Amino acid sequence: MIEIFTPLDDLTIASLSAGDQVLLSGVVYTGRDAAHARMAETLRRNEKLPLELAGQVIYYVGPTPAPPGRVIGSAGPTTSGRMDAFTEVMLNQGLKGMIGKGIRNEDTVDLIAQYGAVYFAATGGAAALLAKRVVSCEVVAYPDLGCEAIHKLVVDKLPLIVINDTKGGDFYRKRVK
Amino acid sequence: MREVAVHNITESIASGCIEVCTQLPRDVYEALCSACLTESNPTAVSVLGQLVENADIARDENVPICQDTGLMVVFIDIGQNVHITGGYLADAVNEGVRQGYAQGYLRKSIVSHPLARVNTNDNTPAVIHTNIVPGDGLTIWLVPKGGGCENMSVAKVLKPSDGVEGVVKYIVDTVIQGGSNPCPPIIVGVGLGGTLEQAAILSKRAILRSIGSINPKEIDADLESRLMTEVNKTNVGPSGYGGDTTALAVFVESYPCHIASLPVAVTIQCHAARHKVIEL
Repeated sequence: MIEIFTPLDDLTIASLSAGDQVLLSGVVYTGRDAAHARMAETLRRNEKLPLELAGQVIYYVGPTPAPPGRVIGSAGPTTSGRMDAFTEVMLNQGLKGMIGKGIRNEDTVDLIAQYGAVYFAATGGAAALLAKRVVSCEVVAYPDLGCEAIHKLVVDKLPLIVINDTKGGDFYRKRVK
Repeated sequence: MREVAVHNITESIASGCIEVCTQLPRDVYEALCSACLTESNPTAVSVLGQLVENADIARDENVPICQDTGLMVVFIDIGQNVHITGGYLADAVNEGVRQGYAQGYLRKSIVSHPLARVNTNDNTPAVIHTNIVPGDGLTIWLVPKGGGCENMSVAKVLKPSDGVEGVVKYIVDTVIQGGSNPCPPIIVGVGLGGTLEQAAILSKRAILRSIGSINPKEIDADLESRLMTEVNKTNVGPSGYGGDTTALAVFVESYPCHIASLPVAVTIQCHAARHKVIEL
């Protein structure tokens, strides 16, 4: 198991290969369908995003509300393929990592390699287990989107697997280099 | 005529929503445990281990198994000798969902229109299927259906000449196409026959069955067994990482159909196969 920390530096990203199991710690931002649509629209209008994406990692998740005494509810990954349409725009802002579940389309796999980024999967449906690795959670943008708002999470040893790497490797497509 | 007051329906649905989202049914839990022992792919074994641990945490700490606490699909079999009093049935169901999702800190995942996409913020409305049956019972099934696996579900009217081979190919292709997206290991609900909407409803009802149950109709039982083998040969595996455990079960429900048609619907259910029955 490889331990990695955010923000991810290029050397670390380049060292990761499809199929590697990693434990990721540090800040990650949540974002799913509605937040991506809004960020893409903001950029289309040449306006400023509510957060700096350069060097950051987005976790595709819409957590359940935190019950009293907990930092977050359950928080497992959502299907990443729905965010493929927005990925180039985000990579262009300097995004370096994505966490979700499920296959990316071929164009997105190529973009991930081209931009020197990485796509990780967390175990889909293991939301109660994954939430235990979340140390803190605060809404930093789009609070009106509820569970789809952008949350800043600090995670400690989030268990992930590298799906798409900088070499074009793809763990789902059994293209491991 | 037996009377059932709507407040009883609301209260049991409210508490049922919380229970169904936090406690994995025993048969599903046991199927995941067994798969840990039979699965040959080591990455798949570690995924299955996480899923068992996840179910333990959810049950012990009373938190949702999955952050996607779903759209609440509610099947209600109403005995024709039952009189529902004090209000309207659908209102009572939706009020139960509203209360359960608020009190249980469950995620609100419903938008009011598929194109306008504004969250209703209380997880209503539910999708309600009522069925009038003999007697004076009132049976409610709660099925919180997640988006990831519902998005991989399909329906199509095949030609009679497509036959069993066409049906098997359609279903297996659906599983392969879904791949990692619907959170395998999955449960495959198949609705065969009727009309397009009847097949789809049958496929949803099919996922209410307990793992290990076999369709009493021999022809459907044979299809279940064949599909289980074929689906588990796809090497999709847990989380789509490859392996022997792509499906925990395949359930087929059939109905007569038109001489010209062979409708088939496939409901893909993720491993968080949550469902609960309430008898009132």
